[in-house]
This record gives sequence, structure tokens and C-alpha cells, in this order.
Amino acid sequence: MKKSVDRRDFLKGAAVTGAAALVPDAMAAQAPSPATPAPAAQGPRAGAAPTPARELDPGLDPESLVLDRSGGDFMVDVLKSLNIEYVASNPGSSFRGIHESIINYGGNKMPEFITCLHEESSVAMAHGYFKVEGKPMAVLAHGTVGLQHASMAIYNAYCDRVPVYILAGNSLDATMRRPGVEWAHSVQDAAAMVRDYTKWDDNPYSLPHFAESAVRAYKIAMTPPMSPVVIVLDGGLQEDPIQPEVASKLRVPRLTTATPPQGDAGAVAAAAQLLVNAQNPVIVADRLARTPAGIAKLVELAEALQAPVIDQHGRMNFPSKHPLNQTENGGPLIAGADVILGLELTDFWGTVNAFRDSLHRSSRSRIRTGTKLISITSVDLATKSNFQDFQRYPEVDVAMAADAEATLPQLTEAVRKLVTADRTTAFQARRTRLEQAHARGREAARNEAMHAWDASPISTARMAAEIWAQIKTEDWSLVSESGNSSGWVFRLWDFDKHYQHLGDSGGAGVGYGAPAAVGAALANKKYGRISVNIQGDGDMLYAPGVLWTAAHHKIPLLTVMHNNRGYHQEVMHIQRMANRHQRGITNWHIGTMIDNPNVDFAKIAQGMGVYAEGPITNPNDLGPAIQRALAIVKKGEPALVDVVTQPR
Amino acid sequence: MTKIFLGIATAALMTAALGAQEPAQKPAPAAAAAPAGNIETGKKLWVSVGCWQCHGYEGQGGAAGPRLSARNLPFAGFSAYVRRPTNQMPPYTEKVVPNADLAHIFAYLQSRPAPPQTVPALLK
Ligand code: HEC
Repeated sequence: MKKSVDRRDFLKGAAVTGAAALVPDAMAAQAPSPATPAPAAQGPRAGAAPTPARELDPGLDPESLVLDRSGGDFMVDVLKSLNIEYVASNPGSSFRGIHESIINYGGNKMPEFITCLHEESSVAMAHGYFKVEGKPMAVLAHGTVGLQHASMAIYNAYCDRVPVYILAGNSLDATMRRPGVEWAHSVQDAAAMVRDYTKWDDNPYSLPHFAESAVRAYKIAMTPPMSPVVIVLDGGLQEDPIQPEVASKLRVPRLTTATPPQGDAGAVAAAAQLLVNAQNPVIVADRLARTPAGIAKLVELAEALQAPVIDQHGRMNFPSKHPLNQTENGGPLIAGADVILGLELTDFWGTVNAFRDSLHRSSRSRIRTGTKLISITSVDLATKSNFQDFQRYPEVDVAMAADAEATLPQLTEAVRKLVTADRTTAFQARRTRLEQAHARGREAARNEAMHAWDASPISTARMAAEIWAQIKTEDWSLVSESGNSSGWVFRLWDFDKHYQHLGDSGGAGVGYGAPAAVGAALANKKYGRISVNIQGDGDMLYAPGVLWTAAHHKIPLLTVMHNNRGYHQEVMHIQRMANRHQRGITNWHIGTMIDNPNVDFAKIAQGMGVYAEGPITNPNDLGPAIQRALAIVKKGEPALVDVVTQPR
Repeated sequence: MTKIFLGIATAALMTAALGAQEPAQKPAPAAAAAPAGNIETGKKLWVSVGCWQCHGYEGQGGAAGPRLSARNLPFAGFSAYVRRPTNQMPPYTEKVVPNADLAHIFAYLQSRPAPPQTVPALLK
């Protein structure tokens, strides 16, 4: 930036002795002393070798070595106005200015600095945090190597429609960069590498520009479909003093978040008509409940229709014990439906079609001909091209490009207006059938859970039941993904609060689980909730340092390792390939298993300052181990129990 | 979202498909149709050829494949399905799992205990 102070002054001023010793004599003789600025206008002396002019910002007093208020301080004022509670980061020189402003000028509060050991962890923590707290957390990262490390986690958040507030350090003015590392850590357009999977970014040129962009970024990130955003912070802008003529212009713009878009009234009426007249309507919800209110709104719609709800678990959408929760009976319900309402579905096509992964890939419709499909999703408002997370094109009958949660009240109202006495009778009959099916589903799940009850490795059903027994009387929050343990938590536990389930990574980028759990637990901390993480072994090993972050910041979190000692999804893929080629069908372990030696997760955790037990192989040892770990968590600290488990 | 119940949801369907395939096999009473197999050998094969991956070490099933234990599957249908699965399961041809090995695997599955008679306290 133009206004950069010569940051080399730091070295020269503070360490002339040390640094000068490294400078060859001839050069040292030429180098101006910090106290005597080189006459900038002076040209090459006649007859002598040209003396390079010293590049120095004309706006700065070359005599001064200290300053009162830096640009970074103002940046902190702006972050405080946005109520950003935490900023997760590995420290990095490209943002040392704002780092120091956060801890000293800002008093390390709003935001508080959370020390991370990998940028992927920082972003995934912010991802998990948002899903509990409903507001973004900030991340600081180098605009180069930091964003590179962070990029997969940013992609996950993007796919999961989660806002992450990313501040990337950079040094734009080439003549002001320290030689060496600062060059390698500088970039023309830092946000370029993550632009495909962020919604907006900017590279502010001045502090007033920063203020406006910082507030705008927050607003854009929070407007559905929500998404990560990036603000690039120039080093000079962070570190330089606030010039008097700029100081007078500085103000923090007011934030007004946008109300999420509701479905068009005509489309809502058409949808209501279809739903009320349907014999077998089915509601499917994925990333529906953006906020706790989303659950209540869905219950109202479902009850207005007495229609079954299938929860695809992208968020906590519907109470497990509600009789209209028919997630267990999803397959037959979809097959028999005449109208299907999809609410923020990631994959509507995949919901109504079956796909066979065999030598000849094939698909078939899972629905009857003539079944009407209604979609409400904000993702229709912003679909990008390069990354293909948007799934196959679904042929629907009514498509509302709108936020489903915001649209539900209108839709429920429209449904209620159309319900006649006849329909009410039909709805009541449907309700009775569904209540029975719900009860049968719960019982069937319980009976299934009993198979392999005493097995070792421990069954995922037993693990889920053992954890549930210890937490069910607490105010708990499941902060992990649940896809890899056969969904037992949904079948055996009783979910009814929004923070009790947070969905999954979004982009299926492995390495999300552990840090997202720590971030969510950080958000749960001030409410005194017991955060529980059922943690895959492969995922944990991407960046286990986040355990240290949990210990360092005293984040209460119960981690129960679902340790099947491998990248099990890939084990199955390799098996599929070998079978298809009729060779080496016993070689599935090569390149997929994480054994020989077995990883000792308890030792890893202990080494990071986390209380840990395991590996536990006898199912009867599991309950007491969880109990002991839970006692630690209740004292406000993380704890881990390593459980050797069945594959799924 | 991950369709975690894929395997479980299709289990019932596949049982029906199995039934439909049976007439194609040599008609024989279910019990007599199962060739002799060794449980211990079957247990080792269950792991080495990968059945455990989707059906669990005990055949208890899960998101990746249906329960096969305590099912009373007839051998003919069992082997027909393993040879020519009709949905997500990868095929195991005779070239990689000879008939004799399949008989051991079947014996292992048959030996898996039924779940406890009384519901464990934790599940009540
Ligand atoms: C990669 C996963 C996978 C592996 C490995 C696998 N199965 Fe399966 N199996 C499935 C799935 C999924 C089904 C459900 C039907 C379908 O989708 O094909 C199934 C169904 C079956 C069925 C039919 C059950 C019914 O209810 O109709 C039998 C029998 C069976 N498997 C036996 C085996 C045996 C024996 C092995 C090892 C030799 C094996 N499977 C390995 C995934 C797998």
C-alpha cells in the first residue's frame, strides 16, 4: 500500500547491531542510519556508482520509532461492532499488526484470540461454532500459505452454507516487503484461490474502505445462502499509524443484515394446494432449520397437514420423538408419495432416484409417475460453476428460489386456509397410521441395536447407547457428524433442540470432524452444555493438534473415538474395485487401514494435555470410562475415550 | 446428505429379490441345501474377503449393508445373491470365492448368536 511505513525500520531500529553484522561492509557503509534519512530526490552522483534511493514513505516522520494508534486498532473497532466473539488462528507475520491490536488494543475480548495449530482447524472451528451460535466467527490466516492450508475447510463451509469470516494477511507494496519470506508470503490477489467457494471478497485500500467492506462482508455472509467471505488485510494498513486526515474520516458503518427471501406468493399458494389435496404428501428437510425457530415452523407445517417428515439431518430439523418423524420409514414413504416437499435439499434428485454403483452405473426413479415435487431452497439463488456440489438437476414442479425457513410460516398459513372438514378427517386418519409407524420404527431400531451387543470390536449401536445413558439427563449437544456410525444416534437418542445436532461437513472433506467439534464446543461453553463428539479415527489424524487448542482454551468436550482403524469408506471402495476385476479381493487393507501399528489416541490426547482413556475393546468397560471422562468435561475441560469399534 | 440408511432401507427389498431368485436354484429343502462348512474357517474368510466391511464383523448390519445374522437365510438364496447382487453389493464370483469358501462363510453366519432375550437396560 502507498501509505506503508518502512517496516524494515523495525529491524534497523531495534537491531542495528545484530542485523548490521550480517550486512557486508561495503553495503553497511552505504546504508543510511535510521536517524539520517537518505535524501530521496538525490540522483546518482557523477562519477560514483549510483546510490540507490532509500524507499521511504513520505507520509511518515522518519525520526519516529513508535506510534500511538495503528490501522489494526481501527480494524479491531470494526470487528467489535460486528460482535465477533472469537478469532481462530495460527499466528502469522502477515497479520502481526492486527494480531497485536486484538490482544492489546482490543483487550483480547470480542474477539478473543484462539490459538490454532492448523488453518484448516481454524476454519473448521469457525464452521462448527456458527452452527451452534448462529453467527460467524473470524479466522486470521496468511493470504498465501494460510489460505492454502485453510482452503479445504473453506470449501466444506461453502458446501454446508455456513458463513466464516476470513481475514487474510498480505503485503501488497512490493517495495516495502522484507526480503525472503515476506515475498513468498505475498500475493497479488489473495482471495483468488478460494474465490470459487466463497461468496464475496475484497482487498481494502484504505481504512474507510476496510470498514465498509468488513461490514458488507458480514452482511453478505449472513444472507442465505450463507457462505464464507474473505477480507484481505494489507500489512501496511494494519501496521501504519492512522494518518490525521484519515482519522477524521473514520467511522464504523451500521450493519443491517438482510431479511432472507421468502417464496413468491403464487408459488406458495400452488404448493399449498398440492399438499392439501395430496393423498400421501411427504416433507423432506435437509439444511432447513437455519435457526432454532426452524424446528417449530416445520412442526407447525407437518401438523397442519399431518404429513410425515423425513429428516436428512443437514441440520437439526425435527424432533426425533414427534410421531410425524418418519425418517426410519423414508424409503417406502418416498416410493408411495404423490407430493414431495423438499426443504433446502442438497440433493433432490438423489432423494427421488436410486443410483447403482456397479460396473454399469445406472439409476432408476424411486417415485411413482406423476408425483409432484416442490422445492424451496435458497441455493437456487446462488449456484456457482466450477465446483460441482450442486448435484444432479432435479426436475421439480414448483421451484421456489427462497429461504425455506423464512417461507414456512406463509406456506403453513396457506395450507390451513385450504383445509376443509373432509381433509381434516383424512388428515386425522393419516396421523393415526403415522403414529403407529413411528412407534414401530423406534422399536425396530431398538431391536436392531441388540445384535452384536456384546461384540468386540464394539458395535456402533452399543457405543451410541452407552453415550446416551450418560448424557441423557444433561443439557447435551452432539457436535459431530454422524454418518459413519450407521445413524444410531438418530435411532436411539432423543433430539429436540436445535443445538443438539449440527449436520455434517458439507463438502465431505475429511478432517472437518475434530476441529468443528471443538469450535461447536467453544460456542456451547458459555451455556454450560455438555458437548459430545463421536470422532472418526481417520478424520482425527488430519490435524489432531486441535485437541491441544481445546485443552489450552479449556473447552469442555467429550470426544468418543469411533476407531475402526481405517479409512473405512475407502476400504469398501477398494473392495468394490477388486471384486469387479475378480482379483486380489483380500488386499482391501493396502493403503486404507490405519493399523500396524495401531494409533494410540489416548496417548496422543494425553500428549496434548487432554484427559484420555483407551483403547477400549470390551463393551462392558465403555460405560464407566465415559462416566469418568464426563466428570472431567463437567469440570470444564476436554476428555477423550478411545473406543475400538465395528466398521459402521 | 449422506444416505446413511441406504443399506437398511434396501434390506427388505433384497430379501424379496432373494426369494424370487430361489426357484432358479436347484429345488431342495433349505436345510439340506446348505453344504457343510467350518465356522472357524468361515470366520477368517468373513474378514479376509471383506464381508465384515459392510455387514459388520458379526453380520449385524449397518448403514453399509443389511444384517445377515439371525436371519435364517436359505443357502441357495444366500449364494445366489453373493454371486449376482442386484443392487449396491459388489459381486463375489466363484473365481475369487470358491463355493467351498462360501459354505464356510455361511456356516459362520449361521453360528452368530441371536440377540439377548431380554432388552439390555440401556435400551429401555
Ligand atoms: C461393499 C459392501 C458389501 C460387501 C463387501 C458385502 N456386501 Fe453383502 N450386501 C451389501 C449391501 C449394500 C446389501 C443390500 C443389497 C444391495 O444393495 O445389494 C448386501 C446384501 C447381501 C445379501 C442379501 C441379504 C438380503 O437381505 O437379501 C447377502 C446374502 C450378502 N450381502 C452377503 C454378503 C457376503 C457373504 C459378503 C462377503 C463375501 C458380502 N455380502 C459382502 C453390501 C456388501
